[in-house]
Amino acid sequence: MSENETEGEIIICQDVCKWFGDFQALKDCSLRVKAQEVVVIIGPSGSGKSTFIRCINRLEEHQTGEIVVDGIPLTRDVRNIEQIRSETGMVFQQFNLFPHLTVLENITLAPIQVRKMKKEEAQDTAMSLLNRVGIPEQADKHPGQLSGGQQQRVAIARSLAMSPKIMLFDEPTSALDPEMIKEVLDVMQELAESGMTMLVVTHEMGFAREVADRIVFMDAGEIVEVGTPEHFFTNAQHDRTKLFLSQIL
Amino acid sequence: MTTAAETSSDRSVLPITERYRLLGWLRRNLFSDAFNSILTLVALVFLFFVARNLLRWAFATAEWGVIPANFNLIMRGQYPATEAWRLWLVIYLLGAVVGVTWRLISGQFSGVARLLLTIPFFLMLIPFFSMGTRLNLFITAVASAAGYYIEGYLPIQRRGRAAVYFILAYLVIMLLLLRGVGAEDGPMPPVSPILWGGLLLSLLLAFFGITLSFPLGVALALGRQSQLPAIRVMSVIYIEFIRGVPLISLLFMGQVMLQLFLPDGFPLVDRVLRALVAITLFSAAYTAENVRGGLQSIPRGQYEAAQALGLSAYQSTINIILPQALRAVIPVLVGQFISLFKDTTLVALVGIFDLLGIARTILANPDWLGTHQEVYAIIAVLFWIFSYSMSYASRRLERRLGVGVR
Ligand SMILES: Nc1ncnc2c1ncn2[C@@H]1O[C@H](COP(=O)(O)OP(=O)(O)OP(=O)(O)O)[C@@H](O)[C@H]1O
Ligand SMILES: [Mg+2]
Repeated sequence: MSENETEGEIIICQDVCKWFGDFQALKDCSLRVKAQEVVVIIGPSGSGKSTFIRCINRLEEHQTGEIVVDGIPLTRDVRNIEQIRSETGMVFQQFNLFPHLTVLENITLAPIQVRKMKKEEAQDTAMSLLNRVGIPEQADKHPGQLSGGQQQRVAIARSLAMSPKIMLFDEPTSALDPEMIKEVLDVMQELAESGMTMLVVTHEMGFAREVADRIVFMDAGEIVEVGTPEHFFTNAQHDRTKLFLSQIL
Repeated sequence: MTTAAETSSDRSVLPITERYRLLGWLRRNLFSDAFNSILTLVALVFLFFVARNLLRWAFATAEWGVIPANFNLIMRGQYPATEAWRLWLVIYLLGAVVGVTWRLISGQFSGVARLLLTIPFFLMLIPFFSMGTRLNLFITAVASAAGYYIEGYLPIQRRGRAAVYFILAYLVIMLLLLRGVGAEDGPMPPVSPILWGGLLLSLLLAFFGITLSFPLGVALALGRQSQLPAIRVMSVIYIEFIRGVPLISLLFMGQVMLQLFLPDGFPLVDRVLRALVAITLFSAAYTAENVRGGLQSIPRGQYEAAQALGLSAYQSTINIILPQALRAVIPVLVGQFISLFKDTTLVALVGIFDLLGIARTILANPDWLGTHQEVYAIIAVLFWIFSYSMSYASRRLERRLGVGVR
């Protein structure tokens, strides 16, 4: 993405370390993501992928190192945390929709509460987002009445309703039946093409190859290798990367 | 024989026990084998004797005269007869509020609501009621019908808010009417709560006990999960202290110790209010534990999704966590509130004349010696009616809120 080189880096992680008790889950992780870049994170189970992206919106607290999101340093300051969270959308493996609210209410809740948007305006936005993810007719149902793929698309629309600058995805298709994976990946691809900055943890190598600008390989809490998809799939440098790729490809 | 059997099976005629559904049901459920049949017969014989003795007592032996003679006492205790019109006004207004809010609360009007409207008419059939009482009941029915009718004219989006305003206004007006305002010789002289009694007082104690303890209990449940150690510890101490103490001892403490904690001259002078404080504090601890169960049933992902969207802790508690937690514990909470309603009878032991207290005064009156059976039977029926209505209402509420819950 050479044309974006002039734009600033929207996520800066410098030497981030994270311990769960005595166990070190992240070891000096450094990564800089430019605006509009799509970065896919891969790695074996337990390598710290989820922990890493959850540190970026403070669902996990890192202990040492520095994280700056869109110029806002991530510190204990609650205002900074809330500001970063409202500019960062997150999509979870288990969707985490609010089961007691309708699809439309799921999407309008945060804009109304956090952005103080008027209800009608929030509903208009929500409907156009539901159109964008292809399920406008489900607006008045409850999440429990939707298929997994539909729920995940609602979850994406819910995050987008906050007009985030960054979207974090933590294995968004891992809980889905195979026939529903594509509908979610299509939405994500469309989002990437529209210029959203995205950090995606996934095992979908096809998606990584086609959509990612860069791929990050993590193992045992470390960022082992970073590079373009061509680099990764033809010319990986580290043995651990090669081993991992040989296991999944 | 064979041909007959064949033809009948050709015409696909079911065996006789299947043709008549009642017979089939009896066979399947009561006489499925020898042992079951014996049990059924024994139970029938037992039921027969119980029912026969009960009916014989109810229609032949019992001296029901005690009930009409003390009816006013049972309903309203020592509330002065000259001020009884205020109680009727409270009941009319209750009818109207039920009418206005019915569709919102139950989600429908037909069926149950019509049944509800007929209650005053059924009450009018009670033989010893005076014409005045019947007229009052009729007005109540008219008031609820009018309330329902008016609700139909409110703009749909405003109905929810209107219902809340109606209920709040009702509570204020009700208290003003009951308590009275102005001078002793004015149109609505004050009636001290000491004089309130009977069913009136039992219902008031239960209602205010429930509505006041609920928010307190929810706050305690949230406090118990708080990040702030001081709040958490205080909540735990409170809950565990109250749960370790019987209600009756709290009631006695309320009567004799409450003033120790209050500034001098604080207007908590009368026994009834003190009892209400004790009941509220007691019930709040149990509500807190029940709500905590609901809070713990909320998956972590719900908190995380709310955080990731940028909702503050307060916003996510109000919009995401509490609605789901409370919905999950409706049955337990209603059960708790029903036992609170029944537990209010303990106030009789600290000299307050609720239903049970009134029963004891009636029985202490030499005119009504030996009428224990009748009086306690009626008290039990009255409690049952209200307890059962609560549990019925809660089941409806659950079904109504059940939509879309995983
Ligand atoms: N809350 C926690 N407490 C203790 N250890 C944790 C916690 N969360 C994660 N870990 C540990 O941290 C390590 C990294 O976990 P993480 O969930 O980030 O892995 P992952 O790369 O996302 O794996 P997966 O592909 O299975 O999702 C794992 O060893 C895990 O056991
Ligand atoms: Mg993970």
